[in-house]
Amino acid sequence: MSEPLLSVRDLRVSYQVGRNFVHAVDGASFDIPRGSITGLVGESGCGKTTVARALTRVIAENASISGGQILFDGKDLAKIPEKEMNALRWRDIAFIPQSAMNSLDPVYTVEYQLAEVLRRRGGMDRKKARLRSEELFEMVGIDANRLSDYPHQFSGGMRQRVAIALALALDPKLIIADEPVTALDVIVQRQILDQLKELQTRLGVSVILVTHDISVVAYICDRTVVMYAGKVAESGTMQAALTAPSHPYTMGLRNAFPDLRGAASGILTPIEGAPPNLVSPPAGCRFKPRCPFALEICETEPPVVDVAPGHPVLCHRANESAALRIEAARTETWMVPA
Amino acid sequence: MDGAGMNMITKRPDILVSVFDARLHYAVGGAFAAMRGKSTVVKAVDGVSFDIRRGESVGLLGESGCGKTSMGRLLLKLEEKTGGTIHFDGEEIGAVRGDRLKKFRSKAQLIFQNPFDAINPRFTIRQTLSEPLENADIPKREREGRIITALELVKLPEPAQFLDRYPHQLSGGQLQRVVMARALILQPEFVVADEPVSMLDVSVRAGVLNVFRDVRDRLGLTAIYISHDLALVRYVCERTIVMYLGRIMEDGPTEDIVREPLHPYTKALVAAVPVPNPDQSHDPLPIGRGAPDPRNPPSGCVFRDRCPAAHARCAAEVPRPKSVGTRTVACHLY
Repeated sequence: MSEPLLSVRDLRVSYQVGRNFVHAVDGASFDIPRGSITGLVGESGCGKTTVARALTRVIAENASISGGQILFDGKDLAKIPEKEMNALRWRDIAFIPQSAMNSLDPVYTVEYQLAEVLRRRGGMDRKKARLRSEELFEMVGIDANRLSDYPHQFSGGMRQRVAIALALALDPKLIIADEPVTALDVIVQRQILDQLKELQTRLGVSVILVTHDISVVAYICDRTVVMYAGKVAESGTMQAALTAPSHPYTMGLRNAFPDLRGAASGILTPIEGAPPNLVSPPAGCRFKPRCPFALEICETEPPVVDVAPGHPVLCHRANESAALRIEAARTETWMVPA
Repeated sequence: MDGAGMNMITKRPDILVSVFDARLHYAVGGAFAAMRGKSTVVKAVDGVSFDIRRGESVGLLGESGCGKTSMGRLLLKLEEKTGGTIHFDGEEIGAVRGDRLKKFRSKAQLIFQNPFDAINPRFTIRQTLSEPLENADIPKREREGRIITALELVKLPEPAQFLDRYPHQLSGGQLQRVVMARALILQPEFVVADEPVSMLDVSVRAGVLNVFRDVRDRLGLTAIYISHDLALVRYVCERTIVMYLGRIMEDGPTEDIVREPLHPYTKALVAAVPVPNPDQSHDPLPIGRGAPDPRNPPSGCVFRDRCPAAHARCAAEVPRPKSVGTRTVACHLY
């Protein structure tokens, strides 16, 4: 594999809450290859949005990057001065936030907001900015005469298209999209995903798609990074991580997810319990309290095991994953003894 | 036989809920819009008819704004219909008042969408669950027992430990079970669940759905499950009603709808659902771009502006529900 576009090494981000620190991201490592779509998946509180925000260094006031490296184009984004970082935003790294309604300013026309990025960040003059805006609208499938409309005049799906147009404005190398289709209806969701995939392939840009929905990842992504309780449980190609998962958490997620093309009689199996409190996380493996395969050794910090090249798994029993997968497919495995 | 014919027989003992030509129209726009001649009527529910048999689980499926939640609220008399009839157990609910209304309220319950909004954060779980019992005049000495039974029913382990806790001390999954327990504590015959797991994480969702299925089967409940997610509806309901802009597009056994959707809208819905399996291929979407506009629906068939199979008749004439095999479909193709 050629050198990755982005390489995150042992990233740590914590929030100060009163006198406590919540270690929302606690040693995350993964690579983003050039020209790929990577799904960053996990449940609420797993740290996926915090990772995404840390990559652009737009994080909450009480948050800080407390360790690790974010290597992008030969620079460590965790360390470069704010001025240098600011120059990268939009031009090299663009962000599509969760709700386009909240990211677009309701009192300005969409054209004004596009022009703001194009002129201020991209140094274009008025005429060039107008042409580029028209081009961008055409790319995301909106009629250019709607440029002068205000955000409220667009439907939810159209607003998300506008947010994509904004992200593409200056031809970035990396787009980070935080749950870009979560609030949308299933048909519109599919149309937006198709559009995103088409543009990604055509422009060769890399995309990080933050989502809780593994079916969205399965539909559109090439690779996936699965997070649990502030750590990366496993990462790898889509096939490796979803068809044959090697971390018990990923195995459990698959069982819990309904599959419309699967058998009607299929039973959904929950993962009992809840993720740990990140103020004082348990010692050893963080999934241990919910894991049906936990052993005594899981009280200690799990190693990162490469079950295949480019498929690291954070688990003491990663080498037994083929056998565990068979057991994990049975509902009884996940039932808590009464 | 079309929907109207079936609905005239409200005395059939196996039918618990019978809806005929139900309408819920809102005037929107206010004074300024009226001055500019722009006030409009939004038809949230517009001429909907169906029957629900006792013990049946029916999914109300559709996109936001399709009227599924409005329909659910009409069934529970949380919203007054502006037309049509709704019979519950043989009785028209529109005119029900006083003691009879109180009785209806205990028999027909709502399970709310967001457990964090549905429960008073300053009430303990005991207070939350006592309230419906008080309203139904259940004597005080019986209450604690009923509360424990209800919490056991929704599989909260060691229920007694939860009684004096506050909502913020419970996880989302536990709280949604409390919401379910509150709906079930008066032993209703009929429950309407409005997207009960949409706020929960995937790993927790399956547990709540399993409890819902289990409770329904054990108590023989008649249930409406409102959702935008066909995969979830399929998991819970044997029958599905697909709504679009206030009308029913298709109604039939869920499995038939998933395997071979008939209405062009249902076809698009089924094709759009992503599956959690990377090896599965997806069909292209058979639907035009655009979004439904409840203020300004097209004439004739409300789906025709996005429909790939639309023809002249679709603009001129509202398609009437027709019986096609196991299903009822409102489309001029059939």
